Amino acid sequence: MKLVMAIIKPFKLDEVRDALTPLGIQGLTVTEVKGFGRQKGQTEIYRGAEYQVSFLPKLKIEVAVAAELADAVVEAIAAAARTGKIGDGKIFVLDLDRALRIRTGETDGSAL
Amino acid sequence: MTPWMRGAVLAAPLLALAMPALAADEPKLDAGNTAWMLVATALVLMMTLPGLALFYAGMVRKKTVLATMMQSIFVAALIAVTWMVAGYSIAFGNGGLYFGDFSKVMLSGINWNGPFILGAGLGGESEVATTIPETVFVMFQMTFAIITAALIFGAVADRMKFSAVCLFIVPWSLLIYSPIAHAVWHPSGLIWAWGALDFAGGTVVHINAGVAGLVACLVLGKRVGYGTDNMSPHNLGLAMIGAALLWVGWFGFNAGSALAADGRAGMAMLVTMIAAAAGTLTWVFVEWATKGKPSALGAISGAVAGLVAITPASGWVFPGAALVIGGSGGIICFWASTALKKMLGYDDSLDAFGVHGVGGIVGALLTGVFAYGMLYKTDDAEAALAYSGLLYGNPDMLWIQLKSVLVTVAYSAVGTYILLKIVDAMVGLRVSEDEEREGLDVTQHGERLG
Repeated sequence: MKLVMAIIKPFKLDEVRDALTPLGIQGLTVTEVKGFGRQKGQTEIYRGAEYQVSFLPKLKIEVAVAAELADAVVEAIAAAARTGKIGDGKIFVLDLDRALRIRTGETDGSAL
Repeated sequence: MTPWMRGAVLAAPLLALAMPALAADEPKLDAGNTAWMLVATALVLMMTLPGLALFYAGMVRKKTVLATMMQSIFVAALIAVTWMVAGYSIAFGNGGLYFGDFSKVMLSGINWNGPFILGAGLGGESEVATTIPETVFVMFQMTFAIITAALIFGAVADRMKFSAVCLFIVPWSLLIYSPIAHAVWHPSGLIWAWGALDFAGGTVVHINAGVAGLVACLVLGKRVGYGTDNMSPHNLGLAMIGAALLWVGWFGFNAGSALAADGRAGMAMLVTMIAAAAGTLTWVFVEWATKGKPSALGAISGAVAGLVAITPASGWVFPGAALVIGGSGGIICFWASTALKKMLGYDDSLDAFGVHGVGGIVGALLTGVFAYGMLYKTDDAEAALAYSGLLYGNPDMLWIQLKSVLVTVAYSAVGTYILLKIVDAMVGLRVSEDEEREGLDVTQHGERLG
């Protein structure tokens, strides 16, 4: 099993979800996060007081999938979240040891 | 004849219709006037609760939102009682040049069922007859005492002990606010006697609160992390709602200061709207040109600056003048809150001085230029001259206005400084650095905003 973790631009969430549904993805987790990458911060000005905001708001998506599905999921997310402009985000793929559905007690592949 | 003057001549007969009622031997309560003043009073209280509470709380960081709101709502309650106990009597008792008397302590002997006469017993020209009961006058003026007190704390947001807030504001209201209100608005007062014009509180409310705020932020010192930490407003949406409530409430503040539902109140309302709009436009355009972006915070700041500037002038000027006064307020307060503050290095956190102090001074001086006395002395051009400004043949008025500004600034600054030093010796003015970093909400009030 793999855990696909993607950092994306917030307004791309619906497109990413729509791209994952045809692959049979049954669920994902979304978190509001802040961070920085190559896209530098922005300047905000309040009555002349300037602040460099170096952490920009992004969304983090986590999807647990069977190992053979991971590449398709990564490609689908990448295609849906891409604008071509700096700040599109990143995707990480991690190994996943165990999974368990709390309600039924199913484990691993059948819990995804 | 300028277009403005033609307007006055057209308006004069309308105003004159209202005069016989006032001039009659036995003035009576007027239902229309009293009804309007009841509404105006509620509008002015709405400026503080929730207007100012939201305006200020939206501009602070999330950790001091509740503390900032307490500095409006609790202070409102505190000043209401202070006003009832002695503040009203000190401000509007007959007394002398600087100070009323104690004849109306605990609001004893106020006339609840007859028309209120300001300065009753002074005799002749010095008595100002109204057609509203004294209860309504007490209440209307109370809401002014409340907002003036609450305005000050914008300058020291995020760092003043709550105990110090309470210990400071009660004597401040009794010993600074009430005497200035007496001097300016009571017929036996010093600044009234000079003939200074302050229709709705440019000196009494805005210069007074702004200067007290400036002195307070100098005495307390800058916020921890000022200039390095990000102190951006946590929720400008709240500030926007607060400013909008201030804007609407200001119609009660300015048009209500006519103490009647008459032509002058109508003119005061009209010029209030125009000045607010002009201030919004100038602040935003100047900001856009110099800082690159037209900001929402700039728009609401400009509106308040325009409203502050027109406050002393409303009831004395025409719409054309309001455009100039409000527009000047927007530009000059923008400069004061961005450039002047940086240049002098004080941390007036929410620009109580930059907007209210500076805007009040701009308004008071421009009243001395644009005042048109026939808005008051509608049927007597000669008598009206004494209430007119530079533009209408009375250059002395500018000097009188300048004097009234200087006296208010000096009295407010010195008095505020002394009171702060006394409170500092009693309980200390400022929270500890750790408490400030943690935030006033949790350290002063034991609560947190979500």
